[in-house]
Amino acid sequence: MEYTLLLTIFLLAVFVGFEIITKVPPTLHTPLMSGSNAISGITLVGALLTIKMDYGWFAQTLGFLAVVLATVNAVGGFMVTHRMLEMFRKKKG
Amino acid sequence: MSMELTNIIYMVAAVLFILGLKGLTHPKTAVRGNMYGSAAMFLAVVVTLFLGGMNYWVIFAGLAVGAVIGVIFAMKIQMTAMPQLVALFNGFGGAASFLVAGATLSFATDADLNVPNLTATALSGLIGAVTFSGSLIAFGKLQELKFIKDVRFDNQQLINACLAIGSILFGVLMVLVPQYAGLFYVLMCLLALALGVLLVIFIGGADMPVVISLLNSYSGLAASAAGFVLGNTVLIIAGSLVGASGLILTRIMCVAMNRSLTNVLFGKMQASGESASADEVYVNVKSTSPEEVSMLLDVCEKVLIVPGYGMAVAQAQHAVRDLTNELTSRGVKVEFGIHPVAGRMPGHMNVLLAEADIPYEILREADDVNSEMEQFDMAIVLGANDVVNPLARTDPNSPIAGMPIIDVDKAKTVVVIKRSLSPGFAGIPNPLFSADNAQMLYGDGKQAVVEITKALQEG
Repeated sequence: MEYTLLLTIFLLAVFVGFEIITKVPPTLHTPLMSGSNAISGITLVGALLTIKMDYGWFAQTLGFLAVVLATVNAVGGFMVTHRMLEMFRKKKG
Repeated sequence: MSMELTNIIYMVAAVLFILGLKGLTHPKTAVRGNMYGSAAMFLAVVVTLFLGGMNYWVIFAGLAVGAVIGVIFAMKIQMTAMPQLVALFNGFGGAASFLVAGATLSFATDADLNVPNLTATALSGLIGAVTFSGSLIAFGKLQELKFIKDVRFDNQQLINACLAIGSILFGVLMVLVPQYAGLFYVLMCLLALALGVLLVIFIGGADMPVVISLLNSYSGLAASAAGFVLGNTVLIIAGSLVGASGLILTRIMCVAMNRSLTNVLFGKMQASGESASADEVYVNVKSTSPEEVSMLLDVCEKVLIVPGYGMAVAQAQHAVRDLTNELTSRGVKVEFGIHPVAGRMPGHMNVLLAEADIPYEILREADDVNSEMEQFDMAIVLGANDVVNPLARTDPNSPIAGMPIIDVDKAKTVVVIKRSLSPGFAGIPNPLFSADNAQMLYGDGKQAVVEITKALQEG
């Protein structure tokens, strides 16, 4: 794909990120960190794309390690964030 | 599945990621937001698998192993250990990114070895490697592993600068001499790994909120760079959202300490010759007992509790909840003053207090409580030190001069629960402890709070 196009998407997403995240209250900063951390496990998609039959064992080995690490990051991250947020939700004023 | 359809579903996933983060702007919508995020991840993964041609056995093995490890970590972890866990997961994300970039390099054709592609590969490797080793060290520090606790050696700034320049140099060489891109990539990653270790290993505990936020941002940027390598839009968008989020948190933490990012990463606290010694400051320190504190509380109408890292260490959040409930049942209004850098990660105190069922409505920000500090009959400082040190306001030569603090010294009475008069991270004495309206309650945070509650119930 055209690199300038990708760069445009990148910059727009950064701006969207800034706009939304400045509105997150300090109370939720830890869930924000662990939740966004889980989102960075999106590298998992990249890792999957390196495990193709015709790419040879070296790429597949690196890819396998990347899949394991990124899955821990994503699955663990979303779950622990959920655990934390449940604690925030059950309270009444 | 056609690429067209895949990209459309990637777009849906990207929208869900954005809606997910938007959900985090309020506690009531946050759980749903997190669900959107995980749904987006699931969608992106499944649609990628449908592209075909993959070695599915390897993939499913990897997914299964990763999911089991992730679930175990997420279920077992104690809330007090949350900063370590975030650091560890963050490191895994960074590692995955530099592995992905390395893997794509191994099967790149000559046509792939163009300037934009190699630049993205280099960035993904560099940022990913720094994130990985830096996060592991941050994890070790937060876990208080002995062997990295007090590592010191000379010329650390010089060594860091050399490592940084060296790894960037290899990254540039990758782009300029594509025939040897693989070799330069490995060399660059090795230097970057060393850089990550050395950058974080000298950073003190109180600066951890900044470091964790920054590493969080890096892991997103590394994923985004990997997205450029693969020409994958969902990677770019999700990664940049995380990058932006981490940068904002980093900035908030730096402002809350009145320090610049370079100062945190490379500098120490400025030493100041003129600040008073502990002996001069602590001439008039009064100590008190849980019974006396409970008698004082008996006539209070409004109480402020200011927790710090000491509350986390003592695991005192449940005891604090009991005290809060006891006071509230007597008609006392209890509020919490939360400093942005109290604890070891952004929002650390809020999570612990939420775990103990303390409603988030009574957790208030520093500016907010400062404007009405005079109305509080008592401020209880629990395991916090530098964030309530009035020197930040009064002494322009102090290392913490200008740092926004919670002005507990302006409350009618101040009770400081602390093990001893030892200084906080900034290493300076705190004149609050000897102020006329202040009393020290020495002891373990949890024990002290439990005893105050007991004295109240008996009295």
